[in-house]
Amino acid sequence: MIYDWLTEFTGSEIIAAFIQGWLPLLFFILPFVLVAVLAERKVSAHMQDRLGPMRVGYHGILQTIADLIKLLQKEDIIASANDKKLFNFAPVLVFVGSYAAFAAIPFSGAFIGSQIELGLLYIVAVTGLVVAGILMAGWASNNKYSLLGAMRAAAQIISYEIPTLLIILTVIMITGTVNLYTLSEMQTSYFWNWMIFGGPEFGLQKFLLIPLMMMGFLVIFISMLAEVNRTPFDIPEAESELVSGFHTEYSGMKFAMFFLAEYANMFAVSAIIAVLFFGGFQSPFGYLGNSLGWEWLVPFEQFFWFTVKGLFFIFVQMWLRWTLPRFRVDQLMAFCWKYMIPFAFVILIIAGLITVL
Amino acid sequence: MALKTEEMILNMGPQHPSTHGVLRLELQLEGEIISNVIPHIGYLHRCFEKHAEAMTYPQVIPYTDRMDYLAAMYNEFGYVLAVERLMGIEVPERVEYIRVIMGELQRIASHLVALGTYGADIGAFTPFLYCFRDREKILHLFEITCGARLLYNYIWIGGVSQDLHPDFIRLTRDFIKEFRPNIKELNDLLSYNQIFIDRTANVAALSKETAINYGITGPNLRASGVKWDLRKNDSYSIYDRFDYEIPVGSGERGKTGDCWDRYIIRVREMEESLKIIEQAIEQIPGGDVTSAIPKRVKPPAGQIYTRVENPRGELGYFIISDGSLNPYRIKVRAPSFVNLSVMGELCKGWMVADVVAILGSIDIVLGEIDR
Repeated sequence: MIYDWLTEFTGSEIIAAFIQGWLPLLFFILPFVLVAVLAERKVSAHMQDRLGPMRVGYHGILQTIADLIKLLQKEDIIASANDKKLFNFAPVLVFVGSYAAFAAIPFSGAFIGSQIELGLLYIVAVTGLVVAGILMAGWASNNKYSLLGAMRAAAQIISYEIPTLLIILTVIMITGTVNLYTLSEMQTSYFWNWMIFGGPEFGLQKFLLIPLMMMGFLVIFISMLAEVNRTPFDIPEAESELVSGFHTEYSGMKFAMFFLAEYANMFAVSAIIAVLFFGGFQSPFGYLGNSLGWEWLVPFEQFFWFTVKGLFFIFVQMWLRWTLPRFRVDQLMAFCWKYMIPFAFVILIIAGLITVL
Repeated sequence: MALKTEEMILNMGPQHPSTHGVLRLELQLEGEIISNVIPHIGYLHRCFEKHAEAMTYPQVIPYTDRMDYLAAMYNEFGYVLAVERLMGIEVPERVEYIRVIMGELQRIASHLVALGTYGADIGAFTPFLYCFRDREKILHLFEITCGARLLYNYIWIGGVSQDLHPDFIRLTRDFIKEFRPNIKELNDLLSYNQIFIDRTANVAALSKETAINYGITGPNLRASGVKWDLRKNDSYSIYDRFDYEIPVGSGERGKTGDCWDRYIIRVREMEESLKIIEQAIEQIPGGDVTSAIPKRVKPPAGQIYTRVENPRGELGYFIISDGSLNPYRIKVRAPSFVNLSVMGELCKGWMVADVVAILGSIDIVLGEIDR
């Protein structure tokens, strides 16, 4: 929809595609991250009997902006023993890796950066770049804490990608599509059509799939928490052990890039879970626009629902972070290889049997 | 062909978020496994013992505050008790009660810091703030009593500096009423959390024999299953008048004397301290609190060793008097200093993440180690 309009307006398909790709970044991710950082501070504060930021703006709403301005002004320290090229390149890679994922995420029927046919695979592949960036950062810092943190992060992210992919595969197998837009469109109308409630097709298959999908959701949510290094899996940046892991040596805007990437990742994870299991941008109970006959309202409603779902999962992530202690690195790996992966395989196999029958 | 590997030396501290002050640990690592730990101490050395020789006896009290700054009340208590015994001063009944109430409140405050920071070490930040919220109420009680929140100079030789605030008893009752549910909240949030148990149970169990050989005291010793508490075993002041238990580690979730035992002992001690305070505020008699304070503190020549049960263990004062106004020599047996010595033994074979868990469970205060 936006794409057609842009093509007409600019007269070139390439420029239109380019602009469209940037739209989510400009109009959603950047403002979102600013809000998310503040939200984390406020949520944590209220969970801990504190007030959180109160000084900058009403109840501190401008705090993140002030922090960003401060970070921009800070001296960019590069220690003499750092590997300069890698050191400078690592934050860019992490930043790009986590932001590029947003190009394929359907925010609403009319607001997608790029409708890639292999959307899910693209997101999985692109977020894989983050691992390389983290390893690079840890190595180039020439700091033992950073290196330990980076090695832990790499091991953790790669391990937890396996259960994530297995569950994604299960969903792909049931729905037969890897296009995120199609996936969302399939789960339309009402909330019982969502994948977590067994998908749009009625019958015996649906009822068999319901418990399976709920377990699958749990597995993917836990492993995705681990992939974005959130508590209880925040071992790579375990403050009390490794100071702050792979970004210990970074300062100023480079630090901010890691920081922003973390929050972007949080939303990416929530978005993928929302699309896979909770109907993506679909409303749980029809659209006001349709019933009133205002067709133009529907995409906005869809955007609203997508944001609500995303924010809900982000809230859950924050909630967990401020409640749970953290695993030890060997317990974390054992948890992945001994429980998550076999469990994910069982889900995959049973789902396969159900769909074949 | 075997791969050639090399030991990595990791320097932890003195500026590290989890070394609880300015402790520096030199870790020798095989990958993430620890083969040896060498603690380097002395960053906070302030020559307390030497300094005390140039002071009169009452002037030493503020310096004892600054040793274990999380249990300043108890440091004063121990020192004052030593000087009183040396001089043979009998203090009024009311003073004894006030000292016990203050000492036990201080024990709770100190344990709250220990438990809260331990949670933060393991990665749960919220219990830390919950503990500090409760500690704040205790500090408020101290503040209305003597005007200071951390370093009190309240317990004097022969008495206390001033009587309790008229509201003190009421506020303490309120505090006890509010605090009991908060202990349960802490247990629900942290103590019995499965991840927390996984991180701490079975980790670095300290056997009875090792603990005794190293001279470990306080909650760390009791966690290893030794029922040794100076309040009962070598009773001082009026501790024999109260009814309370000495919690001992039993390996509930793992081995006896593991990190979880060391943690939970402190939670249970807080409950026992509450019992003591409850009884003390019921029984407290009236009377003057400053009547026994001597005009001139000039103990006869001689020496004395007095020990009290500090929140961290056995705090001993060895005082030699030559009959003058200044002590000839003061030597402090600091519990944290002795407890830290077992660190190297405990850490061997565990991972970097465990060092933090072990150090937190020993609960050291660097001000007391370095003095």
